[in-house]
Amino acid sequence: MSDLETTSGSGGPAGVTDGPIGGAPTTQTQLKKVKKQKVLLMGKSGSGKSSMRSIIFSNYLARDTRRLGATIDIDLSHVKFLGNLTLNLWDCGGQEAFMENYLSQQRAHVFSNVGVLIYVFDIESRDVERDLATYVNIISALVQYSRDAQVFVLIHKMDLIPPQMREDVFVQRVALVRKKTAEAVAIVRKASLSQPQQQTSLSPQQQQPGSTSPTTLPSDLEIDMQLFATSIWDQSLYKAWASIIHDLVPNLAVIETQLASLGVAIDADEILLFERTSFLVVSKWASREGETNPWGDRFERMSNILKSWKHTCSKFTGTPRNAEQFCEFQYKMGSTFAMFVTKFTTNTYILVCMPPGEARFNSAKLNVAAARPWFKYLDGPPAGVLGGGGGGGSVASVQNPYAVGSLVFSGGERGVGNPDS
Amino acid sequence: MSSSGGDRGGPSGDGHEELHAQPLRPLPVRFISPAALNLSRVYEQNRQRIQKKDGPKVPDPTTPQTKGKPRLLLMGQRRSGKSSISSVVFHKLPASETLFLESTARIQKDSLNSFMEFQVWDFPGQIDIFENPAYSFDMDAIFGEIGALIWVIDAQDDYLEAVARLNVTILHVQRSYPHINIEVFIHKVDGLSDDYKLDIQRDVTIRIQDELSDQGIENAPVNFHLTSIYNHSIFEAFSKVIQKLIPRLGQLEAMLTNLCRTCRFEKAYLFDVNTKIYIATDSTPEDMASYEICSDYVDVIIDFTEVYGSWPRSQEWKARLEGEPWAQPLGEQVGCEWAESGVVLADAQRPIMLREVDKFLALVAIMKEGSYEKMPQINMNVDVVVKGLIEFFEITKPRGGGIAGQGGQDGGVVSPGVPPAL
Repeated sequence: MSDLETTSGSGGPAGVTDGPIGGAPTTQTQLKKVKKQKVLLMGKSGSGKSSMRSIIFSNYLARDTRRLGATIDIDLSHVKFLGNLTLNLWDCGGQEAFMENYLSQQRAHVFSNVGVLIYVFDIESRDVERDLATYVNIISALVQYSRDAQVFVLIHKMDLIPPQMREDVFVQRVALVRKKTAEAVAIVRKASLSQPQQQTSLSPQQQQPGSTSPTTLPSDLEIDMQLFATSIWDQSLYKAWASIIHDLVPNLAVIETQLASLGVAIDADEILLFERTSFLVVSKWASREGETNPWGDRFERMSNILKSWKHTCSKFTGTPRNAEQFCEFQYKMGSTFAMFVTKFTTNTYILVCMPPGEARFNSAKLNVAAARPWFKYLDGPPAGVLGGGGGGGSVASVQNPYAVGSLVFSGGERGVGNPDS
Repeated sequence: MSSSGGDRGGPSGDGHEELHAQPLRPLPVRFISPAALNLSRVYEQNRQRIQKKDGPKVPDPTTPQTKGKPRLLLMGQRRSGKSSISSVVFHKLPASETLFLESTARIQKDSLNSFMEFQVWDFPGQIDIFENPAYSFDMDAIFGEIGALIWVIDAQDDYLEAVARLNVTILHVQRSYPHINIEVFIHKVDGLSDDYKLDIQRDVTIRIQDELSDQGIENAPVNFHLTSIYNHSIFEAFSKVIQKLIPRLGQLEAMLTNLCRTCRFEKAYLFDVNTKIYIATDSTPEDMASYEICSDYVDVIIDFTEVYGSWPRSQEWKARLEGEPWAQPLGEQVGCEWAESGVVLADAQRPIMLREVDKFLALVAIMKEGSYEKMPQINMNVDVVVKGLIEFFEITKPRGGGIAGQGGQDGGVVSPGVPPAL
């Protein structure tokens, strides 16, 4: 149990721990809640929900999504994302009959315990008023049952708007959606005020996860909401999904500190950590020089580039798309920069961009290989919780990230020893 | 060389006789190696150029004037996809955004700066340049240069009218300018089944050849390509078109074939980085799949370079890297001043390598399984070939050629011409 406390202490509120064994029942349910995040994917029929889900998590190409049919009712899928985070993705068919059903009979079932709601608007939709009305209903239901849920609104199919108009159209739509969201919250608040307040004694933490009764609303409720303009034909989709994923990844603080110490140790300019299948950026670090990179969109761009490269490889080798496609990619651009992308842990790939120099490059590659064990916990629940001896090591490294730093000298010399011809 | 310069003004037929007679006289049955043949061709070309420079010559309408840049003429019915093609291939427009292109109202002339300079002329489809009372086009200005006429046919539309117009065009061009290659792009074939594509190609081919032979023209240089902007086929088709315009392509191919044999590469391509057109490959059979992966590889490298290589680093950063413990200028810390890259595919540890040749060209090769450990040796071989390639382009670079307009471009530097190679 002490291990467990240590880890969650350093890892922030979102514990890495998956404690099905020996934990008290309350802890168990809490941990389970952290581990499995319920993600609702909603929007009008044909707005592109299933398409984007297939592209991000099932390695579809944008043009392959034409084959997808309409989603009937709710398509449940469990997406394993890094070892200890599973997304419970509820892809909700958007035809009106289904929508009404979600809002009436299945209301509690659908909207309770939601971690994230992703609402997709089709920018080409003819009946904007009606879309917004549905949206207001959905938001009201969400606020009623899971008011801590984060909301991501994706204004989708932006590729159909001529490039020079995209910005304006998006800004307009954002204002509209924000206004409607506020309206939705107001409606719920009014309704809850008129109801007799029975559950004021319960704090949100004590609320049972399976509870079906509507919660009461504090008067200053704000919805945690982000809006993105997306299209399956460019990188904007990756930007939106990386932000969605970003807040769900457990232990993010630990990953970031360790990545930073690795970066300092190998003299890198930038390090990106990608999830293996989706190639979404899980974590990133940049040196002071790396921060000056003017390409603000480079993270989603890298996701997009590497993912399409993966497709190309799979087409060439004839292996399934979900299989691992390349194990190493190195690129030295004369005396400007050098970079490599390599398989890191079982669930991740790492991209390192660094200053030029053969010796520096080779030692960095060796050091990254040597740092792998320190990131092992990304692949699954740490062994420490299960009582293994190896777990102590991983927790120790969490507490002392500079352990990685000590590697640089040995690795550096080895690198100098075998320079590339 | 001086002797050939001497018979200036003489009809070129003499030269041919002399050239063929020489090797044949001592040994009537003799094997002429491709290299020797090539040499004689180079010699002949060179001689003609000198003649042109030396004396006024009767302009010969059948020989192309190689003065300017090779020219690609895009023609076809309206809405067949000409502007889309030129935007996708030469301006890197994403295929999905060609929806927003306006229809072309007048001839769009683009100049393409690459290892060779090309001109791309995009003709509006609604104007028939041969039978138009309103405009009269200067045919010599259009077809005078060496180049290719690319006729685009929309395969998803009724193409009979397009084929009829193409026939008229071929007849006109073939009579007056037989040096123009005619390339037919049967376009928009994405979404059509393979069988259907081939049926269309066969149908179009037959219609055109029948018409041509009715008019008494045999063996016209007409080639057919199945293309779409949504996949690599358009780039591959352009590669083939442009390869025909490259002087001494055989030499380039021989170099690449040699490299493949020495380093046990499966396939090697020489890419024009900006357009992803390959200008040469080794002699192993064409393989669409390896072209696709190599071309996408070039794309990835371009993107990486843009994101991480396009902005200046601070002095402080540079100073730190050149200080202790490295104590060397950055330029000396690297093994190669140009871009070099390698990737290892997971399935069979098959590596692919890329090496920049100059700012326009890159060498991309797919290697055999397990050769990644031999990278150092391979790199040395590649270095040698790259040097050879640079020399090759130095030699074949278009020279002044006696045309005033062209002279300034080369900066008056007399580049070492073909003679040293002889």
